[in-house]
Formats: sequence, C-alpha cells, structure tokens
Amino acid sequence: MKKKQKMQKKAEIKSALKINFSTDWKYDPAPESADHIKLEKKYDLFINGKFVAPKKGKYFETINPAKETKLAEVAEGTEEDIDTAVRAARSAYEKIWSKISARERGKYLFRIARIMQEKARELAVIESLDSGKPIRESKTVDIPLAAAHFFYNAGWADKLDYAFPGRKAHSIGVAGQIIPWNFPLLMAAWKIAPALAAGNTVVLKPAETTPLTALKLAEIFQQADLPPGVVNIVTGAGATGAALTRHPDIDKIAFTGSTDIGKLIMKSLVGTNKKYTLELGGKSANIIFEDAALDQAVEGIINGIFFNQGHVCCAGSRLYVQESIAKNLIRKLKDRMETLIVGDPLDKNTDIGAINSKAQLEKIQSYLTIGIEEGAQRFQPACDLPKSGYWCRPTLFTDVAQSHRIAQEEIFGPVLSVQTFRTVEEVIEKANNTPYGLAGGVWTDKGAKVFSITSQIRAGVLWANTYNKFDPTAPFGGYKESGMGREGGVHGLYPYVELAS
Amino acid sequence: MTDKTIKFEKRSASDESKAIEGVEQAKSSRLNVLKTYKIYIDGKFPRSESGRYYTLESAKGKAIANVSLCSRKDFRDAVTAARAAQLKWASATAYNRGQILYRIAEMLEARRTQFIEELVLQGSTSEAAQAEVETSIDRLVYFAGWSDKYQQIFSSVNPVASSHFNFSILEPTGVVGLLAPEENSLLGLISALAPIIVGGNSCVLLASGSKPLCSVSFAEVLNSSDVPAGVVNILTGYRKELLSHFSSHMDVNAVVYAGDSDDEFKTIQQNAVSNLKRIIRFSPKNWYSPECESPYRILDCQETKTTWHPIGN
Repeated sequence: MKKKQKMQKKAEIKSALKINFSTDWKYDPAPESADHIKLEKKYDLFINGKFVAPKKGKYFETINPAKETKLAEVAEGTEEDIDTAVRAARSAYEKIWSKISARERGKYLFRIARIMQEKARELAVIESLDSGKPIRESKTVDIPLAAAHFFYNAGWADKLDYAFPGRKAHSIGVAGQIIPWNFPLLMAAWKIAPALAAGNTVVLKPAETTPLTALKLAEIFQQADLPPGVVNIVTGAGATGAALTRHPDIDKIAFTGSTDIGKLIMKSLVGTNKKYTLELGGKSANIIFEDAALDQAVEGIINGIFFNQGHVCCAGSRLYVQESIAKNLIRKLKDRMETLIVGDPLDKNTDIGAINSKAQLEKIQSYLTIGIEEGAQRFQPACDLPKSGYWCRPTLFTDVAQSHRIAQEEIFGPVLSVQTFRTVEEVIEKANNTPYGLAGGVWTDKGAKVFSITSQIRAGVLWANTYNKFDPTAPFGGYKESGMGREGGVHGLYPYVELAS
Repeated sequence: MTDKTIKFEKRSASDESKAIEGVEQAKSSRLNVLKTYKIYIDGKFPRSESGRYYTLESAKGKAIANVSLCSRKDFRDAVTAARAAQLKWASATAYNRGQILYRIAEMLEARRTQFIEELVLQGSTSEAAQAEVETSIDRLVYFAGWSDKYQQIFSSVNPVASSHFNFSILEPTGVVGLLAPEENSLLGLISALAPIIVGGNSCVLLASGSKPLCSVSFAEVLNSSDVPAGVVNILTGYRKELLSHFSSHMDVNAVVYAGDSDDEFKTIQQNAVSNLKRIIRFSPKNWYSPECESPYRILDCQETKTTWHPIGN
C-alpha cells in the first residue's frame, strides 16, 4: 500500500514537470517553390471536354487563405450551366461511355492515374495554395492517394462481376457529385473514379473555396483523351450545388459535406427515384486506455485532431482518457502541442497550415469562446502566427462535460475537447452519446480489448493504435447522422451500380 | 505554346535531306547488328553455364539465333535467385505490385513492333502477331488491376461461434516453376506468368522451346519495369530435359504446366509428391479465351491462412 502511494506521488511530481521550450534555435524556412506550377488567371467551366464561359458570365475569386491574395477567377455555374453539363454527361453516357468495353473504360482511368502521378508536385503545390493545407500533407497524402483511387478503381472496371457475385452490375447513368474543401482533389478522386469505373458519367461541383485542383484534373482528362462529357466540372457555391441536386436528369447524387446540408439534400430528393450517398460530419471519439503506449498515443491524438488543421470529417475531436493516466497524458499532449509549427502551408516544416476560409475561421473562433463560457479550461501553445491570412493555434479544452457544445458539435478546426473515464462501460456510453457515427480511435496494448471496444462503437471507421489512415481499398463512411453509403473498397462501387439477375 | 510545353514542329523536307546526307552511302553497305538471345537469372542476362546452344532456323532454313540450352545447374541457380527474391516481393504492397505490372504493360506497349516482328519471324502472320501482342499488353493490365483486389474477393472474416475475431487471408505459395506453352509463346507465357507474380510469388520459367525469341525479349521488358531481380527468371532449352528438374526440385513450391502433353504432366504429378508441390495444369485450347482472365488463376498459387484473435476486455 505504502509503495503504491509512493509511486503515485512520484508520478504526480513527474506530471507536474514541464519542458521549457524557449530557445534561440529556430527552423530555417524551407518553402516548396511554387515556380513549377501553371495557373490560369481565369477558369471557365469544364463541360463536354472543353472549358466554356458560364452563361451568365459571372466569376468569383478563389484566394490563398495563407496570404488573403487572389489566386484565380473561377466561373460561377448557374442552373443553365448545370443543365448544359447534365446534357453533356447524358449524351456521353448514352453514346460513348456505356458503349465502350469495360476494359477500355479501365484503361482510361489507368491513364488518368498515371498523369496525376506525373503532375503530383504541381497538384500538391496548387492544393496547398488554394486550401491552406501543409505541403507535407498534400504531397504525401492528398495527391498520391487521389492517384491511387483512380488506379484502384481502374482495375475494377472490367471485374465488376466479381464485386457483385451472382448479380450482373449495370451502370446507373449520370451522377451529380458535390465535394467539400478539406481534401479537394482527393474528394474529387473518391467520387469520380468509382463512378467512371462502374460506367457512369459525372457532373462534379467542387467547393467554392478550393476549385483549382479539380480544374487541373479537367486538364488531365483532356490530356488523357477522356471522351468529352464523361466528366463535367461546374464550379460555384451552394446555389450551383442545389441546382445540380434538383436537376431531373441526374440519376444519383453523391455528397460530402456537413450534416445540415446533407439533410437538405435528402429532403430535396423526396419523391424522386435518385439514388444517393452522403458522407457527412462527425465528432469522433479517440479513446486512450491506461495500458496504451502513451508516447505513440500522443502522436496519434495530435495527428487525429490537428491533421489538415482539423478540417477532417473523421477528426478525433473528442478525446477520452482513462483517469489513471489523464494527468500524465495531458501534460505530454501539451508539451507536444508546444512543438507544433503553425504557418506557411508551403513550408515543408509546417504542421498546421492556414484555416481554409475566413468564414471557417470565424466559426472556429466562436467555439473557442463558447468553450470558455461553458466552463472548460482552454490551452493553446505560444506559437507565432503569420500577420496576414487565417490562422488558429492548436487548442485543447479540459474540464469538458459531455453536454458542452464543444463536446457535441462539429467544429471542423484544430480544437480538441478532453474528457476522462474510469470504466469501459462508461467510455462506450460517452463515445456513442452523439448523433454522429463516422469514426473513432482506440489505444490499448491489449488486442482483445481492441476488438471488444471497436465492436461496441457505433461508427463506420475505427482505428486501433493509429488514426486518420486512408486507403482506396478500405471502405469509408458513417453510421447514424454521419451519412449513408460507403466510399472506397468493393463497397464503394455499390452506390454506382444497378444490380440485375 | 506555354512555358511548360514543348511543341514539336515538323522539319522541312530540305532540312531533313541535308541531315541525312552522307548517311545514304553508309546505309547501302551497312551490316545489321545481331542480337544475342541470352537467358535471365536474378536480373542479369547470362548465357547457359553449360555453354550449350541450339539454333533456330527460319522457314527458309536461315539461322536466326543461337539460343542458350539451359542445364539443371542453370535451373538450380534460377531457383536460388527466385527464393531470395520472393519474401521481399511478397511484402511489397499490393498497390506497388500492381503499379509494377502496369509498368510491364507500358514497356511492352512501347516495344510492340519489336515483338510483332519476332512473332512474324517465328511463323505468325502479322495480323495474328499484332493481336497476340495487344492482347498480351491488355492481359498484363488486367492482372495489374487484380493486385489489390483478389485478396478482397477470396479473403473472409469467419463468424466463429466463440468470442474470437477470426479471419482468413491469402499468402503466396512461394517459388513457382512455370513451363510455358509452345504456341502463343508471348501471350501464353504472360497469361500464365502474370497471375503467379501478381500474387507475390517468384517464378522460374522455361520458355517455348521452338519459339523462344519473345520470351528472351520479354526478359528485357521485365528488366526495365522495376520488377525486382529474381522475381522472374527465364530459361530457354529443351522441356524434355528440364521437366523433371522443375518438378523434383525440393525448393520449388508449385509447378504450373501450360503445355499440352499428358505424359509430361504425368511426370510432373509423379515428381511433385516428393515435397507436395502444388500442381496446376493451365492448358487452355485458346489463349485468347475468357478462361485465361480470372482471379482463380491467382488463387492457384496461394495458400490460405486463418488467424484467431480473442475479443474481450
């Protein structure tokens, strides 16, 4: 007993220690050069294989959120443009894409994947410029994964009979796809690749703050000689997306974005026969048990919430720490947060880039205030922030209650709320106490516990002793109000086919 | 023209003729450089250690090439190389293996005229040769596509009646010996080889004895396609002589027989017993037929591994 008390005291002293990070030593800037990229001043809509001016002649600016400077002007697609695009997609579907052999369809996708790989660096730089994400992430995650999605789905084109044994898979027709701003090119790949592999044609609406890589992808389609109309890209904001979902000649809607908009879309589809998949918000639990490897767990927590500035639908934004290790873990976590570099997205050392837009920054900031008003303790490291641009320090809230808004609502920023738990039953209860069900993480040394916990969490993707891992072969998508349908893997093809005997 | 684009412009006829002035004379007396057809072991191109050869002749009786007549020792060297390469090849990601198979297709496409010529030299009509090369390229792409999918088709999570997470996955059988068919020397070889290597096996193969040219040239394609050394080893020689070695070597895990002789197959069956080699007979009547494109060809050279893992607190 005495020994235990002694040990506990020792642990307390240890957890009170704090590493002093103040030093004269600083990283030199290591910016990725943007000389290699080629951006037009103005981008038109990509319809029927060509860039065409929007019918109403309106354009909007897409800006670099790290500098608040204009990158390019982009066409604002209206209802008329959507109609032209859908007609082009319908005609390409009927005359070409549903007629050519599955093998040739696949070979087009392989070509696209290869050209994406060839242009990977340019795409990565543009992605970071347009979205604010660190170049390290766009170079090692976004772009290679996007190409990999095309490569993976390319192979499925002539193998669909094996994906749906006992049934004959037919294409559906024209898919309308609306994608978010957090992983612009990757989301375009997630959507377009399986749709084309299964024999459908596409009208894609990129997010208004990050349209550039989708338009570069359009150039890649041209270079790959993809038949005109097979993919059409109509840029614009919410109204453009709404026009796409409303269009009567769309057979299937695929949407990734917020749960609120997802519900609006679902409502707008009432009374139609359109198929749909929705990949929506989340408030995922990352659960740390006392038997976890703590240093690895700290890295996992950091990656879980601060990857891509926390603009990740499956971010591990609710941290649940077993009480016995909470003090120690939170100290380690704060120490680690002190070392994070916030700044220039093009700098290779940057951990946290710019917040994607002013509106998003304001939303995150409102939660930073709400957290304190609700009685939580806020911690932010004392890192420097650039003068212009949209920035948010990595933030951690302790003393959080399950009922707090920062523990219930999706913030979509680098903000982590921490709660503690004592028993397995308690943490399962808390983790599942949310309308969302996208993802979750479990950290423990015990394999048996991993499977026990993951089977009790009501969510579509579970990571054990890792977090935020993605692969074209692995299905992704949510339970409950995080959406319906899966993207990736064999399951990701299912929403894009009609099965017949 | 943008700063990121270089546009080729057609040279004028006068420029062109100036450029080749003087070449004309040399051309009339120019002697072709003949290719030495060698074998392929561990990423290198040696001749047979035995020093033996056999001569291929055209229909008109003209000598085309002196081809290595491989010995038992060559085969054993090839198996050593294949064994050394296999584990690393199997542990490459499925995505990586798929990319490499696709790269083989790219390289073959780039050399299609060479392969068409070789097939014609060995008796094909040019139409048939073109069809054979094109189908071969597409077949490689087909199997490249399976690299990260066959596991999804054949693996399973098994709902056992106890508190266990139980799953079965495929693992490559190991070193596979392949006896390629005599006819369709390119398409047959590729159809049999692609499913073996896409599944993470390494391979020692004996090329068509009567039409070995494409097989040797295919080794050059493999050599420039990021296929690690030793993953595919290509021998030339007499099947009669090497058959028993292929089927009796104790470090070969499976033999794929793509020939059409029942007697030869029986010899393989007999010899395979020594170390329980898996025997696969893959002798389709038509190498263009759909039966040549199937994930079950990959399954032929795979083992199933079942893992039990407890579930509980």
